Amino acid sequence: MTTAPTQYTRTAIALHWLIALLIFVAFPVGLYMVDLPLSPQKLKIISWHKWAGITVLALVLVRILWRVTHRPPALPDSMNSIEKLAAHGAHHLLYLLMIAVPLVGWLMSSAKGFPVVWFGVLPLPDLVGKSESLAEFFEEAHEILAWLMALIVVVHAAAAVKHHFVARDGILARMLPFLK
Amino acid sequence: MKIFVTALAAAALALPAAAVEYGTLDPAKSSLAFTSKQMGVPVDGKFGKFKVALSFDPAAVQKASAGFELELASIDAGSKEANDEVVGKDWFNAKQFPTAVFKSTSVKALGGNRFEVTGTLTIKGRTQNVTAPFTYKADGANGVFEGAFTIKRLQFGIGEGPWGDTSTVADDVQIKFRLVAAARK
Repeated sequence: MTTAPTQYTRTAIALHWLIALLIFVAFPVGLYMVDLPLSPQKLKIISWHKWAGITVLALVLVRILWRVTHRPPALPDSMNSIEKLAAHGAHHLLYLLMIAVPLVGWLMSSAKGFPVVWFGVLPLPDLVGKSESLAEFFEEAHEILAWLMALIVVVHAAAAVKHHFVARDGILARMLPFLK
Repeated sequence: MKIFVTALAAAALALPAAAVEYGTLDPAKSSLAFTSKQMGVPVDGKFGKFKVALSFDPAAVQKASAGFELELASIDAGSKEANDEVVGKDWFNAKQFPTAVFKSTSVKALGGNRFEVTGTLTIKGRTQNVTAPFTYKADGANGVFEGAFTIKRLQFGIGEGPWGDTSTVADDVQIKFRLVAAARK
Protein backbone atom coordinates (compact mmCIF):
# COMPACT_ATOMS: atom_id res chain seq x y z
CA MET A 1 0.00 0.00 0.00
CA THR A 2 1.32 3.39 -0.99
CA THR A 3 0.94 6.20 1.48
CA ALA A 4 -1.22 9.12 0.52
CA PRO A 5 0.60 12.31 -0.41
CA THR A 6 0.40 15.21 2.03
CA GLN A 7 -0.12 17.77 -0.71
CA TYR A 8 -2.44 18.42 -3.59
CA THR A 9 -0.60 18.69 -6.90
CA ARG A 10 -0.13 22.17 -8.34
CA THR A 11 -2.47 21.25 -11.17
CA ALA A 12 -5.21 20.24 -8.72
CA ILE A 13 -4.76 23.50 -6.80
CA ALA A 14 -4.83 25.59 -9.98
CA LEU A 15 -7.96 23.82 -11.26
CA HIS A 16 -9.69 24.25 -7.88
CA TRP A 17 -9.14 28.01 -7.76
CA LEU A 18 -9.74 28.65 -11.43
CA ILE A 19 -13.09 26.90 -11.25
CA ALA A 20 -13.90 28.65 -7.94
CA LEU A 21 -13.19 32.02 -9.54
CA LEU A 22 -15.42 31.24 -12.54
CA ILE A 23 -18.25 30.14 -10.24
CA PHE A 24 -17.85 33.23 -8.05
CA VAL A 25 -18.30 35.41 -11.14
CA ALA A 26 -20.86 33.37 -13.11
CA PHE A 27 -23.29 32.85 -10.21
CA PRO A 28 -23.95 36.52 -9.28
CA VAL A 29 -23.80 37.56 -12.93
CA GLY A 30 -26.49 34.95 -13.66
CA LEU A 31 -28.72 36.30 -10.90
CA TYR A 32 -28.19 39.86 -12.10
CA MET A 33 -28.68 39.35 -15.82
CA VAL A 34 -32.01 37.52 -15.80
CA ASP A 35 -34.00 40.57 -14.77
CA LEU A 36 -32.28 43.03 -17.12
CA PRO A 37 -34.42 44.48 -19.91
CA LEU A 38 -33.37 43.23 -23.35
CA SER A 39 -30.38 45.20 -24.62
CA PRO A 40 -27.09 44.51 -26.41
CA GLN A 41 -25.49 44.62 -22.96
CA LYS A 42 -27.78 41.84 -21.75
CA LEU A 43 -26.97 39.66 -24.77
CA LYS A 44 -23.27 40.17 -24.09
CA ILE A 45 -23.58 39.35 -20.40
CA ILE A 46 -25.66 36.23 -21.11
CA SER A 47 -23.05 35.09 -23.64
CA TRP A 48 -20.20 35.57 -21.19
CA HIS A 49 -22.18 33.72 -18.53
CA LYS A 50 -22.67 30.78 -20.90
CA TRP A 51 -19.01 30.80 -21.90
CA ALA A 52 -17.94 30.81 -18.24
CA GLY A 53 -20.31 27.92 -17.53
CA ILE A 54 -19.07 25.81 -20.44
CA THR A 55 -15.50 26.58 -19.34
CA VAL A 56 -16.35 25.28 -15.85
CA LEU A 57 -17.84 22.14 -17.40
CA ALA A 58 -14.69 21.55 -19.48
CA LEU A 59 -12.34 22.26 -16.56
CA VAL A 60 -14.32 19.99 -14.23
CA LEU A 61 -13.96 17.12 -16.66
CA VAL A 62 -10.19 17.72 -16.75
CA ARG A 63 -10.22 17.99 -12.98
CA ILE A 64 -12.06 14.70 -12.50
CA LEU A 65 -9.65 13.00 -14.87
CA TRP A 66 -6.76 14.49 -12.86
CA ARG A 67 -8.36 13.51 -9.59
CA VAL A 68 -8.78 9.84 -10.51
CA THR A 69 -5.20 9.63 -11.76
CA HIS A 70 -3.61 11.60 -8.89
CA ARG A 71 -4.34 10.52 -5.36
CA PRO A 72 -5.37 13.44 -3.15
CA PRO A 73 -3.98 13.84 0.39
CA ALA A 74 -5.96 11.97 3.04
CA LEU A 75 -8.10 13.74 5.59
CA PRO A 76 -6.37 14.09 8.98
CA ASP A 77 -7.03 11.47 11.64
CA SER A 78 -8.21 14.22 13.95
CA MET A 79 -11.47 14.19 12.01
CA ASN A 80 -14.05 11.69 13.20
CA SER A 81 -15.76 9.37 10.75
CA ILE A 82 -18.91 11.50 10.51
CA GLU A 83 -16.87 14.58 9.66
CA LYS A 84 -14.94 12.62 7.04
CA LEU A 85 -18.19 11.31 5.58
CA ALA A 86 -19.63 14.84 5.46
CA ALA A 87 -16.47 16.17 3.78
CA HIS A 88 -16.47 13.44 1.13
CA GLY A 89 -20.21 13.83 0.62
CA ALA A 90 -19.89 17.59 0.10
CA HIS A 91 -16.99 17.12 -2.32
CA HIS A 92 -18.89 14.56 -4.37
CA LEU A 93 -21.97 16.77 -4.42
CA LEU A 94 -19.86 19.72 -5.58
CA TYR A 95 -18.39 17.70 -8.44
CA LEU A 96 -21.88 16.59 -9.40
CA LEU A 97 -23.21 20.15 -9.33
CA MET A 98 -20.22 21.58 -11.20
CA ILE A 99 -21.28 19.26 -14.05
CA ALA A 100 -25.05 19.53 -13.61
CA VAL A 101 -25.37 23.32 -13.40
CA PRO A 102 -23.59 24.18 -16.66
CA LEU A 103 -25.02 21.11 -18.40
CA VAL A 104 -28.59 22.11 -17.50
CA GLY A 105 -27.75 25.67 -18.60
CA TRP A 106 -26.62 24.31 -21.95
CA LEU A 107 -29.84 22.23 -22.18
CA MET A 108 -31.84 25.39 -21.41
CA SER A 109 -30.06 27.34 -24.12
CA SER A 110 -30.74 24.57 -26.65
CA ALA A 111 -34.40 24.35 -25.63
CA LYS A 112 -34.76 28.11 -26.04
CA GLY A 113 -33.46 27.86 -29.59
CA PHE A 114 -30.21 29.67 -28.88
CA PRO A 115 -27.24 27.43 -29.65
CA VAL A 116 -24.18 27.89 -27.47
CA VAL A 117 -21.14 29.10 -29.40
CA TRP A 118 -18.22 28.94 -26.99
CA PHE A 119 -16.53 32.34 -26.94
CA GLY A 120 -18.38 33.10 -30.17
CA VAL A 121 -16.04 30.69 -31.95
CA LEU A 122 -16.83 27.06 -31.20
CA PRO A 123 -20.43 26.05 -31.91
CA LEU A 124 -21.63 23.38 -29.49
CA PRO A 125 -24.29 20.91 -30.61
CA ASP A 126 -27.87 21.48 -29.46
CA LEU A 127 -28.69 18.89 -26.80
CA VAL A 128 -32.46 19.12 -27.30
CA GLY A 129 -34.74 20.67 -29.89
CA LYS A 130 -36.48 23.98 -29.36
CA SER A 131 -39.30 23.60 -26.86
CA GLU A 132 -40.91 26.20 -24.64
CA SER A 133 -41.96 23.74 -21.94
CA LEU A 134 -38.50 22.13 -21.79
CA ALA A 135 -36.89 25.56 -21.70
CA GLU A 136 -39.00 26.54 -18.69
CA PHE A 137 -38.20 23.29 -16.94
CA PHE A 138 -34.45 23.62 -17.49
CA GLU A 139 -34.55 27.26 -16.45
CA GLU A 140 -36.10 26.30 -13.11
CA ALA A 141 -33.69 23.41 -12.69
CA HIS A 142 -30.67 25.58 -13.56
CA GLU A 143 -31.66 28.15 -10.94
CA ILE A 144 -32.41 25.62 -8.20
CA LEU A 145 -29.22 23.65 -8.83
CA ALA A 146 -27.16 26.86 -8.92
CA TRP A 147 -28.56 27.92 -5.54
CA LEU A 148 -27.91 24.44 -4.17
CA MET A 149 -24.32 24.70 -5.40
CA ALA A 150 -23.96 28.15 -3.79
CA LEU A 151 -25.19 26.65 -0.52
CA ILE A 152 -22.71 23.76 -0.64
CA VAL A 153 -19.91 26.19 -1.59
CA VAL A 154 -20.71 28.27 1.50
CA VAL A 155 -20.68 25.14 3.70
CA HIS A 156 -17.44 24.00 2.03
CA ALA A 157 -15.76 27.38 2.61
CA ALA A 158 -17.07 27.59 6.18
CA ALA A 159 -15.66 24.14 6.90
CA ALA A 160 -12.28 25.17 5.45
CA VAL A 161 -12.22 28.26 7.68
CA LYS A 162 -13.20 26.20 10.71
CA HIS A 163 -10.41 23.73 9.95
CA HIS A 164 -7.95 26.59 9.74
CA PHE A 165 -8.92 28.65 12.76
CA VAL A 166 -10.62 26.18 15.09
CA ALA A 167 -9.21 22.74 14.36
CA ARG A 168 -5.87 24.18 13.15
CA ASP A 169 -5.19 20.98 11.22
CA GLY A 170 -3.57 22.58 8.17
CA ILE A 171 -6.33 21.46 5.80
CA LEU A 172 -6.81 24.90 4.26
CA ALA A 173 -3.07 25.26 3.62
CA ARG A 174 -3.21 22.17 1.40
CA MET A 175 -5.29 24.22 -1.04
CA LEU A 176 -3.61 27.55 -0.16
CA PRO A 177 0.09 26.65 0.18
CA PHE A 178 1.10 30.24 1.08
CA LEU A 179 -0.71 29.87 4.43
CA LYS A 180 2.03 27.57 5.66
CA MET B 1 -59.72 12.56 -84.72
CA LYS B 2 -58.17 9.90 -82.55
CA ILE B 3 -54.80 10.55 -84.12
CA PHE B 4 -55.20 14.27 -83.54
CA VAL B 5 -55.93 13.76 -79.80
CA THR B 6 -52.96 11.44 -79.43
CA ALA B 7 -50.73 13.95 -81.17
CA LEU B 8 -51.98 16.68 -78.87
CA ALA B 9 -51.34 14.56 -75.78
CA ALA B 10 -47.87 13.70 -77.03
CA ALA B 11 -47.16 17.35 -77.66
CA ALA B 12 -48.33 18.22 -74.16
CA LEU B 13 -46.09 15.56 -72.67
CA ALA B 14 -43.14 16.68 -74.73
CA LEU B 15 -43.34 20.15 -73.18
CA PRO B 16 -43.52 19.46 -69.46
CA ALA B 17 -44.24 22.57 -67.46
CA ALA B 18 -43.11 24.67 -70.36
CA ALA B 19 -46.27 26.62 -70.72
CA VAL B 20 -47.21 26.66 -67.06
CA GLU B 21 -47.61 29.89 -65.29
CA TYR B 22 -47.60 29.94 -61.52
CA GLY B 23 -49.81 32.18 -59.51
CA THR B 24 -51.63 31.41 -56.28
CA LEU B 25 -49.48 30.82 -53.26
CA ASP B 26 -50.02 27.93 -50.87
CA PRO B 27 -49.38 29.67 -47.54
CA ALA B 28 -49.30 26.43 -45.55
CA LYS B 29 -46.37 25.09 -47.58
CA SER B 30 -44.58 28.40 -48.04
CA SER B 31 -42.22 29.91 -45.54
CA LEU B 32 -40.23 33.05 -45.02
CA ALA B 33 -37.45 32.62 -42.50
CA PHE B 34 -34.36 34.50 -41.47
CA THR B 35 -31.20 33.90 -39.50
CA SER B 36 -29.51 36.63 -37.53
CA LYS B 37 -26.30 36.31 -35.59
CA GLN B 38 -26.24 37.35 -31.96
CA MET B 39 -22.82 37.21 -30.33
CA GLY B 40 -21.76 34.82 -33.06
CA VAL B 41 -24.78 32.60 -32.40
CA PRO B 42 -27.12 31.92 -35.32
CA VAL B 43 -30.71 32.54 -34.21
CA ASP B 44 -33.57 31.50 -36.47
CA GLY B 45 -36.78 33.41 -36.92
CA LYS B 46 -39.67 33.57 -39.31
CA PHE B 47 -42.63 35.59 -40.47
CA GLY B 48 -46.12 34.16 -40.14
CA LYS B 49 -48.12 36.43 -42.42
CA PHE B 50 -47.11 37.40 -45.91
CA LYS B 51 -48.76 37.87 -49.27
CA VAL B 52 -47.02 37.03 -52.50
CA ALA B 53 -48.08 37.92 -56.03
CA LEU B 54 -46.22 35.64 -58.35
CA SER B 55 -46.17 35.23 -62.07
CA PHE B 56 -43.64 32.76 -63.36
CA ASP B 57 -43.50 30.86 -66.59
CA PRO B 58 -40.31 28.81 -66.79
CA ALA B 59 -40.42 29.15 -70.56
CA ALA B 60 -40.53 32.95 -70.43
CA VAL B 61 -38.69 34.06 -67.31
CA GLN B 62 -38.05 37.55 -68.61
CA LYS B 63 -41.80 38.15 -68.17
CA ALA B 64 -41.82 36.77 -64.63
CA SER B 65 -42.56 39.01 -61.72
CA ALA B 66 -42.84 38.68 -57.97
CA GLY B 67 -44.20 40.93 -55.28
CA PHE B 68 -44.08 40.40 -51.56
CA GLU B 69 -45.82 42.04 -48.71
CA LEU B 70 -45.19 40.76 -45.24
CA GLU B 71 -46.64 41.78 -41.93
CA LEU B 72 -43.75 42.68 -39.68
CA ALA B 73 -45.81 42.16 -36.53
CA SER B 74 -46.17 38.47 -37.47
CA ILE B 75 -42.48 37.98 -36.72
CA ASP B 76 -41.20 35.13 -34.59
CA ALA B 77 -37.71 36.24 -33.69
CA GLY B 78 -36.94 33.22 -31.54
CA SER B 79 -38.28 34.25 -28.15
CA LYS B 80 -41.17 36.21 -26.72
CA GLU B 81 -38.80 38.80 -25.32
CA ALA B 82 -37.27 39.31 -28.76
CA ASN B 83 -40.70 39.45 -30.47
CA ASP B 84 -41.80 42.26 -28.17
CA GLU B 85 -38.54 44.08 -28.78
CA VAL B 86 -38.26 43.91 -32.57
CA VAL B 87 -41.63 45.49 -33.36
CA GLY B 88 -40.50 48.54 -31.37
CA LYS B 89 -39.14 51.84 -32.63
CA ASP B 90 -35.45 50.88 -32.68
CA TRP B 91 -36.18 47.85 -34.82
CA PHE B 92 -39.08 47.65 -37.28
CA ASN B 93 -41.25 50.36 -35.79
CA ALA B 94 -44.14 48.18 -36.92
CA LYS B 95 -46.79 50.66 -35.80
CA GLN B 96 -45.64 53.26 -38.30
CA PHE B 97 -44.29 50.81 -40.89
CA PRO B 98 -46.44 47.68 -40.60
CA THR B 99 -45.22 45.93 -43.74
CA ALA B 100 -42.07 45.12 -45.65
CA VAL B 101 -42.52 45.16 -49.41
CA PHE B 102 -40.54 43.56 -52.21
CA LYS B 103 -41.16 44.27 -55.90
CA SER B 104 -39.19 42.48 -58.56
CA THR B 105 -37.72 44.46 -61.42
CA SER B 106 -36.21 41.59 -63.38
CA VAL B 107 -35.82 37.84 -63.38
CA LYS B 108 -33.17 36.03 -65.32
CA ALA B 109 -32.25 32.40 -65.92
CA LEU B 110 -28.89 31.23 -64.60
CA GLY B 111 -29.04 27.86 -66.29
CA GLY B 112 -30.58 24.59 -65.22
CA ASN B 113 -33.19 25.14 -62.53
CA ARG B 114 -31.45 28.22 -61.20
CA PHE B 115 -32.73 31.73 -61.59
CA GLU B 116 -32.09 35.13 -60.16
CA VAL B 117 -34.54 37.83 -59.18
CA THR B 118 -33.64 41.46 -58.71
CA GLY B 119 -35.92 43.99 -57.14
CA THR B 120 -36.49 46.60 -54.51
CA LEU B 121 -37.02 45.85 -50.87
CA THR B 122 -38.68 48.48 -48.73
CA ILE B 123 -38.56 48.21 -44.95
CA LYS B 124 -39.19 51.00 -42.48
CA GLY B 125 -39.53 53.54 -45.27
CA ARG B 126 -36.13 52.73 -46.74
CA THR B 127 -35.69 51.10 -50.12
CA GLN B 128 -32.71 49.05 -51.24
CA ASN B 129 -32.00 46.95 -54.31
CA VAL B 130 -31.66 43.26 -53.60
CA THR B 131 -30.76 40.30 -55.75
CA ALA B 132 -31.65 36.76 -54.80
CA PRO B 133 -30.75 33.54 -56.57
CA PHE B 134 -33.43 30.90 -56.40
CA THR B 135 -34.24 27.47 -57.69
CA TYR B 136 -37.45 26.38 -59.30
CA LYS B 137 -38.89 22.93 -59.57
CA ALA B 138 -42.26 21.60 -60.58
CA ASP B 139 -43.94 19.46 -57.97
CA GLY B 140 -47.12 18.05 -59.49
CA ALA B 141 -49.33 21.03 -60.24
CA ASN B 142 -47.25 23.24 -57.97
CA GLY B 143 -44.10 25.20 -58.54
CA VAL B 144 -41.61 25.31 -55.71
CA PHE B 145 -39.33 28.33 -55.48
CA GLU B 146 -36.50 28.32 -52.98
CA GLY B 147 -33.82 30.88 -52.42
CA ALA B 148 -31.83 32.92 -49.99
CA PHE B 149 -30.20 36.29 -49.85
CA THR B 150 -28.52 38.48 -47.31
CA ILE B 151 -29.50 41.98 -46.29
CA LYS B 152 -27.64 44.46 -44.14
CA ARG B 153 -30.10 45.36 -41.41
CA LEU B 154 -28.60 48.79 -40.72
CA GLN B 155 -29.25 49.89 -44.32
CA PHE B 156 -32.92 49.69 -43.38
CA GLY B 157 -32.47 51.16 -39.93
CA ILE B 158 -33.39 47.83 -38.33
CA GLY B 159 -31.88 47.94 -34.86
CA GLU B 160 -31.03 51.55 -34.17
CA GLY B 161 -29.68 53.25 -31.07
CA PRO B 162 -27.76 50.85 -28.85
CA TRP B 163 -28.68 47.99 -31.20
CA GLY B 164 -26.56 49.56 -33.94
CA ASP B 165 -23.65 47.74 -32.30
CA THR B 166 -22.94 45.01 -34.84
CA SER B 167 -20.59 43.16 -32.49
CA THR B 168 -23.71 42.06 -30.60
CA VAL B 169 -26.19 41.60 -33.44
CA ALA B 170 -24.47 41.23 -36.80
CA ASP B 171 -25.37 43.56 -39.67
CA ASP B 172 -25.89 40.64 -42.04
CA VAL B 173 -29.24 38.89 -41.85
CA GLN B 174 -29.87 35.93 -44.08
CA ILE B 175 -33.36 35.65 -45.54
CA LYS B 176 -34.58 32.28 -46.75
CA PHE B 177 -37.75 31.78 -48.71
CA ARG B 178 -39.66 28.77 -49.91
CA LEU B 179 -42.72 29.52 -51.97
CA VAL B 180 -45.12 26.91 -53.20
CA ALA B 181 -47.48 28.22 -55.86
CA ALA B 182 -50.20 26.50 -57.81
CA ALA B 183 -50.24 26.54 -61.59
CA ARG B 184 -52.60 29.11 -63.01
CA LYS B 185 -55.39 27.58 -65.03
